[in-house]
Amino acid sequence: MAKEITLGQYYPVDSPIHRMDPRTKLAGTIIYIVALFIAEGPLAYVLSAAFLFWGIKVSRVPLNYMMRGLKPIIMILLFSAVFNLFLVEGTPIVKIWRLTITWEGLFRAIYMSIRLVFLIMASSLMTFTTTPNQLTDGLEVGLAPLKKIKVPVHEIAMMMSIALRFIPILVDETDKITKAQTARGADFENGKLIERVKNMIPLLVPLFISAFRRASDLAMAMEARCYQGGEGRTKMKPLRYTKLDRNGYLALFAYLMVIILLKIFL
Amino acid sequence: MHVPVSERSDMKMSACSRCRMTKRVGSREKTARQKGRYMAIRLEHVSHIYNEGTPMERVALNDVSLEINDGEFIGLVGHTGSGKSTLIQHLDGLLRATSGKIYYNDEDIYREHYPMRELRGKVGLVFQYPEHQLFEADIFTDVCFGPKNLKLSKEEIESRAKEALEAVGMDESYYRRSPFELSGGQKRRVAIAGVLAMKPEVLVLDEPTAGLDPKGREEILQEIRSLNEEQGITIVLVSHSMEDVARYAKRMIVMNKGSVMFDGTPAEVFAHHRYELEDIGLGVPQVTRVMESLEKAGIPVKTGAITLDEAETEIARVFGLN
Repeated sequence: MAKEITLGQYYPVDSPIHRMDPRTKLAGTIIYIVALFIAEGPLAYVLSAAFLFWGIKVSRVPLNYMMRGLKPIIMILLFSAVFNLFLVEGTPIVKIWRLTITWEGLFRAIYMSIRLVFLIMASSLMTFTTTPNQLTDGLEVGLAPLKKIKVPVHEIAMMMSIALRFIPILVDETDKITKAQTARGADFENGKLIERVKNMIPLLVPLFISAFRRASDLAMAMEARCYQGGEGRTKMKPLRYTKLDRNGYLALFAYLMVIILLKIFL
Repeated sequence: MHVPVSERSDMKMSACSRCRMTKRVGSREKTARQKGRYMAIRLEHVSHIYNEGTPMERVALNDVSLEINDGEFIGLVGHTGSGKSTLIQHLDGLLRATSGKIYYNDEDIYREHYPMRELRGKVGLVFQYPEHQLFEADIFTDVCFGPKNLKLSKEEIESRAKEALEAVGMDESYYRRSPFELSGGQKRRVAIAGVLAMKPEVLVLDEPTAGLDPKGREEILQEIRSLNEEQGITIVLVSHSMEDVARYAKRMIVMNKGSVMFDGTPAEVFAHHRYELEDIGLGVPQVTRVMESLEKAGIPVKTGAITLDEAETEIARVFGLN
């Protein structure tokens, strides 16, 4: 049961991309996605593919691991491809009953699918190479300007990192309680829908109790260490840009420029 | 049933547990009686690998072969991460071995259509901090959960729950209370009763005394011992306390890095493998070390003592006090 949940999907190897600052990776993902939507024509797509696969190669995350992240979006992918295929108007290729497939539709469907796949792969490249905590650190700095309009950025980031930290704990706990109740003969897999929902009670009640207990323990521990929010708080590991990040940004901007130039001149 | 235990305990048994014994002794077990020692659980070359095929891959059990005989009281010890918890979850089929076979009463539990739920009734598993699994509004209903899952009649469920709660020393006045009104030790006893109510033949407990005060520890261990001696239930006790193992277990299994390192009576294991035990972070009971110090100090005691009582007798003998 616990195996299916891979939210924190950090892939622990050492690579230049792993060592990059989370801000670079966040910005990089956004730039890449923007570039994807600007990109037009086969050359731009080939370039995007090359850039992405180069990144994946450098990150040392196995490609098939990366591909696993695509499974959940296969349905969406098919859906959008089919719609594009049939609904875009232009020069018809074949006509089946009232549905027409056009050349334009075909190209649109292919481009859309590639775009979606690349989008997912680029963002999983980020999550595979960045721990959830680094990610929230990066977000906190990235969103800092919003403090000016009284958005509690630090608190939101703290809540996010606590929530992320609790996911594996709760998954573990779920696993444990499931096992304990299974050992007492509980059955979580069979039965009709209503029965199954009812069968979840022996799992959910202890899980909620333990979540509340942990939350209150954590609040106590934080107060015992005089936690008081973002004001004047320093970091044990402040984010610092390195040469790697400079090179990363350079590569990204170069890529973005080429995509834009391709769009203008081709 | 392991013969000596059940015969010895005949005298002490109450009427109720007696009828329960006769019910449990089937024809298969009768032939086993004639043969003598009977194997309840047999593990053959069991290995378990977590997250196989990913960078997080970890071998938790490495080629473990083991026999757990009926009526035994086994102390299972090992450093954190030595594979104890993984091992015990295999005993009632919660985890499936990556390779190897497990037999319960000579039946392969990995064969198709093996009645796993029945197995889980027969091999009761009490996890660490079992009080965290309580969920019903009152403790009696909670204890009924296990037998209810075995699809028994209402009367049978209730009589089993009562019996189980009695066995762990919970008074009837508590039956309708919420589990959250109880003390830590009481909650733990209710949780153990929840497993006992399924009438297991083998009871596996993962550190049942963790986090309890000395009095609570003692009570729970005594109750476990009486389950073994009076009702003939096979016990596998996972513990970090060498003292508890020395005092209660009749057989001791030491796990290290996913393998069985030693298997023997506590007296043997502590006597012959002191340094190996210390190397893997376990050590021997304090009283054993005291006796060694006494010997070094020139007092002619024999050093084999592993419990306080044994040490007392030995010291009294040397000083001619009895």
